[in-house]
Order: sequence, then C-alpha cells, then structure tokens
Amino acid sequence: MFYREAGHFHDQYREDMAIFPIREDRIGIRALLAIAFVAVPLLHVAGVPPFAGDYLFSAVLIPLLILATAGIGLNLLVGYCGQISLGAGAFMGVGAYAAYNVAVHLPGMPLIATFLLAGLASAVVGLAFGVPSLRIKGLYLAVATLAAQFFLDWAFLRVGWITNYSPSGSVTAPALIVAGWHVDTPMERYLLLLAIAALVAFGASNLVRGNLGRQWMAIRDMDIAAEIIGIRPMQSKLTAFAISSFILGLAGALWAFVNLRSWEPYAFSIDRSFQLLFLVIIGGLGSIIGCFLGAAFIWLLPLAVESIPRWLSIPISADAASNLTLGVFGGLILLTLIYEPHGLARIWATAKHKLRRWPFPY
Amino acid sequence: MFGLDPAKVAFFAEVLASGLLSGVLYALVALGFVLIFKASGVFNFAQGAMVLVAGLALVRALGWLETRVPFWLALMLAIAFSGALMTGIAWAVERFALRKLVNQTALTLFMATIGITFVLEGLGQQLFGAQVYKLDIGLPRDSLFVLESVFDGGILLNQLDLWSAVLAALLVVALALFFQRTQVGRALRAVADDHAAAQSVGIPLTWVWFIVWMVAGFVAIAAAAVWGSKVGVQFSLVYVALKALPVIIVGGLTSLPGAIIGGLLIGAGEKLAEVYLGPAIGGGIEHWFAYAVALMVLLVRPQGLFGDRIIERV
Repeated sequence: MFYREAGHFHDQYREDMAIFPIREDRIGIRALLAIAFVAVPLLHVAGVPPFAGDYLFSAVLIPLLILATAGIGLNLLVGYCGQISLGAGAFMGVGAYAAYNVAVHLPGMPLIATFLLAGLASAVVGLAFGVPSLRIKGLYLAVATLAAQFFLDWAFLRVGWITNYSPSGSVTAPALIVAGWHVDTPMERYLLLLAIAALVAFGASNLVRGNLGRQWMAIRDMDIAAEIIGIRPMQSKLTAFAISSFILGLAGALWAFVNLRSWEPYAFSIDRSFQLLFLVIIGGLGSIIGCFLGAAFIWLLPLAVESIPRWLSIPISADAASNLTLGVFGGLILLTLIYEPHGLARIWATAKHKLRRWPFPY
Repeated sequence: MFGLDPAKVAFFAEVLASGLLSGVLYALVALGFVLIFKASGVFNFAQGAMVLVAGLALVRALGWLETRVPFWLALMLAIAFSGALMTGIAWAVERFALRKLVNQTALTLFMATIGITFVLEGLGQQLFGAQVYKLDIGLPRDSLFVLESVFDGGILLNQLDLWSAVLAALLVVALALFFQRTQVGRALRAVADDHAAAQSVGIPLTWVWFIVWMVAGFVAIAAAAVWGSKVGVQFSLVYVALKALPVIIVGGLTSLPGAIIGGLLIGAGEKLAEVYLGPAIGGGIEHWFAYAVALMVLLVRPQGLFGDRIIERV
C-alpha cells in the first residue's frame, strides 16, 4: 500500500534509468544516509546510550563498514562474474601493505591518494592471479586462488621490504589526516569510512547496471553463450578480477589504517578470505545491499553469541564462547544455504514484496 | 659414486625420504577427499575437521580407558568409539545437510562443507577440549639408520613415518578391495559414474552418501592416528586439509592411487624445494610450494595425473 511500483510515471529516460526508480526507495535511502551521516554523530555528541562512548563505533560500526566495502569487492567477482575466489584476504593484505609502503616512502602523499594507490597495487596483483581463470573455472579456480592466498601470506611474512624490514613483521599506520582533517576519534573515522563505503556502493551499483556488469553476469550465467553473443571472456574476467581486487585492496588499506592501526600478516590470512566469502554468500551473491546485510550478520553474530549468555547471566568461559560461535556460525551457514540460498538480500526483497501488498494480501 | 660427493647424495636421499614420508601423511588426508568427491561430487573441505574430531575422540577415549583396562583393549575400544562417532557424523551430515542440498551447484555444496567444518571444529573442541594432546598408539617412534653400507653414516629415518607408510598402503589396498570386490563398493562406483543412472537401477543415493562419508570418517581416524602420533592432536590438524587440496589436484580428483602418488610428489617436492631453493628466496616456501605445483598442473593438465577428464575448460 505504501510501497508500490505502480503509479510512478517517468517521462524522462533519466528517471527510468535511476538507481532507485521508485520514490519510496529514494526517500528511504536518503533517510538512511541522513541517519548514518547526521543523526548518529549527533546522538554520539548528545550522549544517548548506545551511541555515547567509543565502543559502538570502534567495535561495531568501523569494522562492519570496512567488511561491507570488502564484501562489495568480492561480490563483484564471485556474485556478478561467477569466479570463485578464496584469496580475498590476501588481496586486502596487498592493499594494506601497499598503503603502508606508500606512507613510508612517500611521506607527503595525501591519505586518499594513498588508499587509491593501495587499490591500484592490489588490482595489479589481482590481475596477475586472475590469469588462471582464463583456463579453468569453478572449484578448480578456487584452488588456484588459494595459491595466491598462501603465496602472498608468505610474501608478507618473508619478503623484508614489504614490511620495511620490521623484525617482528608488525607495522604501524601513520596518523590519518584527510585534507587537514585529523581523523582521530572513532566517530570521525566512522564518518570517513561511511563516506568511502557509500561511494564504493554507489559506484559498484552503477557498474553492475552498465555494460561491464552485464558482461560479467552473462559470463557467470553461461560462459559459452556469452562468448557466442560477442562478449570477450578474457577481457570481462580480467576486468572483474582487477576491479574486485581494487576494492578489496582499498578495503584492506582501510582495515589496516583505520581499524587495526598496527597489524601483522596474520590479519589477512585465509580466515579473512573465508569470512569474506561467507559474507557475500550469506548476504546474497550478486547484490550490493546484501554486502551490508552480510557484513552486519557476520560481524554481529559472534558479538551476540558472546553477549547473550552474559545478559542472561549464564556463566560461560571464553573457550566455550568461541567454540559456540564457531558452531553457531557453521550451523547458520548451512541453514542459509539450505533455506535461503540467495541470502539475506532475498529476504529483503521478499519483505519489500510483502510490503507492497500490505495490508491487503491476496 | 657416479662422480658425486657421497655425503651430498646421502643428504639428498635423506631429504627425499623424509619428504616422501610426510607425503604419505598428506595422502592419508587426501584419500578422504577423493572418496567423497568420487561418490558424490562434493569437494569436501570438512575432511580436515573430520581428522581433528576423530583425533580428539581417539585421544580422549584412549586417555580415559588406558587407566582402566589393558592397553590393547583400550586402543580397540577407543578406535571403536571414534568409529562410532564418525558414523554418527556421517549420518548427521547426510541427513541434515546433503539431503537438503541435492541438485545444488558444486559451489553451494563446497560452501556447505565449510559450514560443516565450523560446526565440527566448534563441537569437537567443546566436547573434547582444545589443548594439544599427545597420542601414543604404541607405534615405535625411534630413529633408524638404513643403507649404512652404501653411505657413510646411513640415512636417518623415523620408524613412525615408516609405519604410517605401511598403514597408508594397507588402507589403499583395503579401499581398493572394498571398491572393486564388494557389492557396496560396486554401488559406490555406479553412483560415481552417473547419479541418475545409479538411482534408476535402484541404488539409494542417500544411503550411498552415508556410506561414503562413513568410510571417509574411518580414513580420517587413520590419518588422525598417524598425524596425532607425529605432532600431537591439536587444532592445526585442520590446516592439513589445506595441504591435501593441492595433493588431489596433482593426483587427480577421482583417483585413489592418484591421491597417494600426488601426496608423495607434493611431500617430496616441497621438502626438496625448501632445502635446495629455500635459502635462495627466503625460506618457508613449503607453505605455498604445493599450491604453485597444483597451479601448474591445473594449467597444463587440469584433470591431474590420474583423474577422469571431467573438468570443464573455458
């Protein structure tokens, strides 16, 4: 009743091509952005309980936004182009160490440029490791990307210049200054990340609606048919690898510089790759909003498993909590795959569908 | 000898032997992968977690029983206990995961096995504890010098590794007999060939999947017993599964002998590379060497050395 596709009369092609062609969607997304950009910082300043203090920002919102950004990068490759990658964590690592090296060797470089260079470095590495996808696909490709993961893990640990010959392999990010703005408090970092995540999401959702995105989806759905209608698999697969790695590298630089501040190679191990793969599967393959939903899910679930026994004042040891998290996590992955293989994004779409007919379902 | 420095040859032989023997251990894990892939087309990432759970069950049951009954009886009972546990896991996996995921893509099934991995890791450690346990199933673990007549000082070998090689060989023979000579084995091969055709002649798929996961569970017990004796039963056993992936890529996804030969090649290759190439490029290359080999094999001969040509080329 309140939400409907009927009754929107577009008399311009521009309106027809808009990302959100429905007015309610436009209002909704603006309201969401207004809440995220304005209301949350105001509530933080005003000291309203969940938003007061730094916990919500540094432990929940900052990692969540970066993971969502990384998820968008991986989703372009896995969800839209259909190339399975188990090396996402390593590409994040490439971005992180590239940003670190830029910061160390070119001290005057603006922060945003550093992040973009990190993305570019990761894109180049991603392109190189995307070459096997021209010959193999599916699970075989997944094993090939594992080669990227292990090789890069090793390189972060053993190749001295990557960590600027730090003996422990642990490196620290410089202070964050964006055009004179010192991004120090968790709330400010949150705003920076929110802006970047919104830009990446906007860019990605435009990308997948355009020529390139449609090429990727054609390759994903049936590569031979795509080739027959004139799509060049080599070009579109390699662009998918490059753009996906670019966003992953950017997210890796953010993860290292904004979230961790000082980090070790372990931060970008295979566990991170699996986490990101689950993020896009639970969120929904081939969906941008799904990346945000998936990030919220995989980041909040372990927190919830830890907190719920505490709220119910059931004593539970740290070991048991982490085992429980593992078990619940695995179980939920199975349940998602069995009952909603299209992920949380499909649940969101179903909810919209229901809302359209409310309150008179038929 | 052939104009070579005997000491260098002996050193080479020693590295090769230790590589081959650790390759046997990879092969033991890889066997479980191949079994499940052959019969159900599932790329079973959970094999490493199954090894961990089997090992934990074995070591805890053995520890509890050892103080109560004689050692040989305790060992038998502990093996029976972990066998029963693996059977239960196989049943649960088939009943609650695989059966609900029929007709899904290979990727979905692969992801489901990663989910199973997490559940097994979580539950296994919750039930049996997460420390490092020493496992002693009575295998001799002394070092041994062989070929002392040929080389000065002989070649150092570990008896435990030799016994695990024997165990692996026995396991392969047993599995080969099981697949070739029994009715169940014939049903498994039929399913591996063609799911629909097997079902149409009355082979119940769900039952075959249960059997094959159970057999993979038993292979996991063997792998856990050997790995556990060597490095202790601990969480890092899960990562052994990641070494088994390149092994089966090299050997071929559908070939049991391929798993063994792939394991030997990878094991020997990575030890030799570590010793002879490692110093030149920074050491620790055994972490990715196996994957580099697998990548090469994928690009040149995607079906592996002995696999069926089922791979789809682009």
